[in-house]
Amino acid sequence: MITFLELLVNGISIGAVYALIALGFVVIFKATEVVNFAHASLLLAGGYVVARLHPHVGFWLALLIGVAAAALIGALVEFLIIRRSKASSHGVLAIVTIGVDIVLTTELTRQIGAEVLAMGDPWESGVLHIGGVTIAETRIVALVTATVLIAAFLLAFKFTGWGVAMRATAEDPETAALMGVRLGRVSLSAWAVAGALAAVAALFLCVFPTPGLDRSSSLAALKAFPAAILGGLDSTTGALVGGLIVGVTEALMTGYQDDLSFLGRGIGDVAPFLVMIVILLLRPAGLFGTKELARV
Amino acid sequence: MSRIVVWAAVLAAFVAVPFYLEGFWLQTGLFAMSAAVGAIGINLLTGATGQLSMGHAFFLALGAYAYVYFAAEPTRTLGGLGLPTPLAAVLAVLLAGAAGGLFSPIAGRLKGAYLGIATLALIFGGQHVLFNAEPVTGGFNGRAVPPLEVFGFVFADTPELVVLDVPFGVLERLWFLGGLALLGSALFARGVLRGRPGRAMNTIRDHEIAAGVMGVPVTRYRAAVFVLSSMYGGLAGVLLALVFQRTVPDYFGILLSLDYLAMIVIGGLGSVGGAVIGAAFVSLLPQLLTRYSDALPLVAPPGSGGVSPAEAARILYGAAIVAVVLFLPGGLLGLLRSLRQRLPGLRLSPLPTPSPETRSSHVR
Repeated sequence: MITFLELLVNGISIGAVYALIALGFVVIFKATEVVNFAHASLLLAGGYVVARLHPHVGFWLALLIGVAAAALIGALVEFLIIRRSKASSHGVLAIVTIGVDIVLTTELTRQIGAEVLAMGDPWESGVLHIGGVTIAETRIVALVTATVLIAAFLLAFKFTGWGVAMRATAEDPETAALMGVRLGRVSLSAWAVAGALAAVAALFLCVFPTPGLDRSSSLAALKAFPAAILGGLDSTTGALVGGLIVGVTEALMTGYQDDLSFLGRGIGDVAPFLVMIVILLLRPAGLFGTKELARV
Repeated sequence: MSRIVVWAAVLAAFVAVPFYLEGFWLQTGLFAMSAAVGAIGINLLTGATGQLSMGHAFFLALGAYAYVYFAAEPTRTLGGLGLPTPLAAVLAVLLAGAAGGLFSPIAGRLKGAYLGIATLALIFGGQHVLFNAEPVTGGFNGRAVPPLEVFGFVFADTPELVVLDVPFGVLERLWFLGGLALLGSALFARGVLRGRPGRAMNTIRDHEIAAGVMGVPVTRYRAAVFVLSSMYGGLAGVLLALVFQRTVPDYFGILLSLDYLAMIVIGGLGSVGGAVIGAAFVSLLPQLLTRYSDALPLVAPPGSGGVSPAEAARILYGAAIVAVVLFLPGGLLGLLRSLRQRLPGLRLSPLPTPSPETRSSHVR
């Protein structure tokens, strides 16, 4: 039971981190209808900046710069590439982001090389004991931070002018433009926000109990894709639920790996994708996605 | 008339290649041919029908491993069926198609980039199986590939065969097999694209509802194209296994899938010629950079800390994807076509399909 609780809390915490990534992904999709496959590399870039800078400027400043850098890269991708492409279909734009991802990831993994970079976070390997359940401090911080960020984001989405512009664009870009919403700004800010969220997520994906940022960190980020799609690509609620489902499934499958040995080693890494397939079989638009209705 | 001359020249060049080029280029050319077969498959799916797939590497893996499993004699640790090798190759392609069919509830209902994310599951699930199902796949170390044998003719280094004073080893022999496989695949795909199915696929890509209105069964078409593209992937996998002579699970990861997407975007979406040109570009680039790394600026030999040729190639074609979409919407094939229109002297037949043979002669 204790093990189960520990795994559950860990799962929820890592799930909240996935939710952060998935949220950025969904925001980009809502604002520009582009499926951003470069998301994992934005995350890697943010994490890399933090890991490289913290010995020089201290952790908090490094984190701030990392978040800003990832936001800037996201904005640059939008400004220099997505905005300028004459591609007719959003499918082709998705492939462009794959190109961006290849360039960024190759260069970053080359820079990282065989190293494992520490993030220099103040929580290190501290653990908390709550009624017999042992949880890493980093996991608690991750959960709290993710909750706060997500809440702030949803509030902004609901109540600020920026949020209204964003939702109007998602609803109907043409009408939104006629109402005076500046589409370029909306999509630029969507990419920047997504980059920033990804950088924060990068921090928590690479702190204790994971050894640090290494070249496979971007693969961990790929698990946020199933999170986004199983919740429904155009639903912020879906991103949250999807993140939690993926996190909890992964934690439980990894934790009970020994009992599941007939499934082979490392089943925890595959579990998110299997869950995604099952859910897509039942609901092709995801749990909370808008069903596209077209009667012919 | 001029068309016949061109094709005859191409054929002659293709036949001449194994007599003049060394093994390194033959192997590179064979990889390019196998990649071209796979790229034609994914271009039918992604380019012509607009369905993104990140799972193409899975079907290559399936083709490669199924061939090995069907053809190999069982040993103490590894299973195998010991079937005649041509039968094993056909079964491997069919199995890849069947796997694509099993995925059809998803492949038929999801569209575009959604499918792209869903197919990530194939890659990760597939890698998991490759590493864990050791009796079939050999696990981490992979398996040796039994050579193909057709009517007593073995595609291997032994028995020795000398043609016109040139020793014909495995690569020389496979060269012609690869060419035939590519030609067959290209002609079939061209037939599909130019006929009713091709029109239907393009309509689904451009306007799903319009396609439905005109009586195209959209879901069934999407599923069917996915199956077809999986079979192309399977065939490419079989070829790859024969050239590599060993299958290793690491190779069939997400990077390979991305390579295939890079090929069709760079070459030109939705056409056979585009797939072939793109496949040549993406598979030749790393080899060229490796070969001439001393002579090139900015590229360092592997292991010396600089940008290695493989990394340089990845960065180059990642950037090429972006550049092509921004500046050359038709890909390299579109560029060739517009050049041909501007230079009247070069006007041959309308849009002849470029073939692998022309590529190999560039290499020389």
